[in-house]
Amino acid sequence: MDEIIRQHYDVDGSDFTRAGEASGKIKKTLKDIGFTPEAVRKTAIAVYEAEINLVIHAGGGEIDVEITPEHVRIVLTDHGPGIENVELAMQEGYSTAPDRIRALGFGAGMGLPNIKKYTDEMDIQTELGVGTVMTLKINA
Amino acid sequence: MTVQNLIDDFSLEVLCGGADAAQKEVTGGYCGDLLSWVMSKAQEGDCWLTVMGNVNSIGVAVMTDVACILLTENAAFDEDAKLRAEQNGVIVLRSSENAFDLAVKIAEKL
Repeated sequence: MDEIIRQHYDVDGSDFTRAGEASGKIKKTLKDIGFTPEAVRKTAIAVYEAEINLVIHAGGGEIDVEITPEHVRIVLTDHGPGIENVELAMQEGYSTAPDRIRALGFGAGMGLPNIKKYTDEMDIQTELGVGTVMTLKINA
Repeated sequence: MTVQNLIDDFSLEVLCGGADAAQKEVTGGYCGDLLSWVMSKAQEGDCWLTVMGNVNSIGVAVMTDVACILLTENAAFDEDAKLRAEQNGVIVLRSSENAFDLAVKIAEKL
């Protein structure tokens, strides 16, 4: 693989049942082009958590993916409420998810910590009332 | 052991999944219902014991490459989840027993 692969996904914020579709496709792409199983797993978990966050907290958003022989970079952009306290949100167990989301098995306060754990680089730019841009990088 | 062995040995109900998926090798197990926790800890080849039979469970199974989902205590399996499982080749099984009892028995066979 020499060329850079770019993908774009729109994540529908109104349909929780479709959350995970983009992550599934990204995972398949990485597997097909021969990323190591470890890199595929790390990316799949991180992007799935981030995709679920887009649906739970931000009313949807966009995912842009750039795959090179060295790494995969994922940029998740939303126009949701923004994250009030990033430091707090990064703590395991801290969650602002509503009860209906907890009933579905999410909202345990593990999302952002999991993303951090499974990425080589993670950056969050957020502004209250404007939205959040999260950039993730996983080495191949 | 394969997923098919698991089905036969424990008389499990097969809710979704074809013959191909049943040939997957089961190499371990994991019990849990908090999806982010499971996603972080479950390993490829695990038999995942849970009461969560919704569409997000299927997403977690796909991301972690577990061998199968085993719904315990006759937990509900909804239609959206079934559709997603079929699309992704995820095998979903069910038992009336609880996670502890099943895990002990499965561990003896591994």
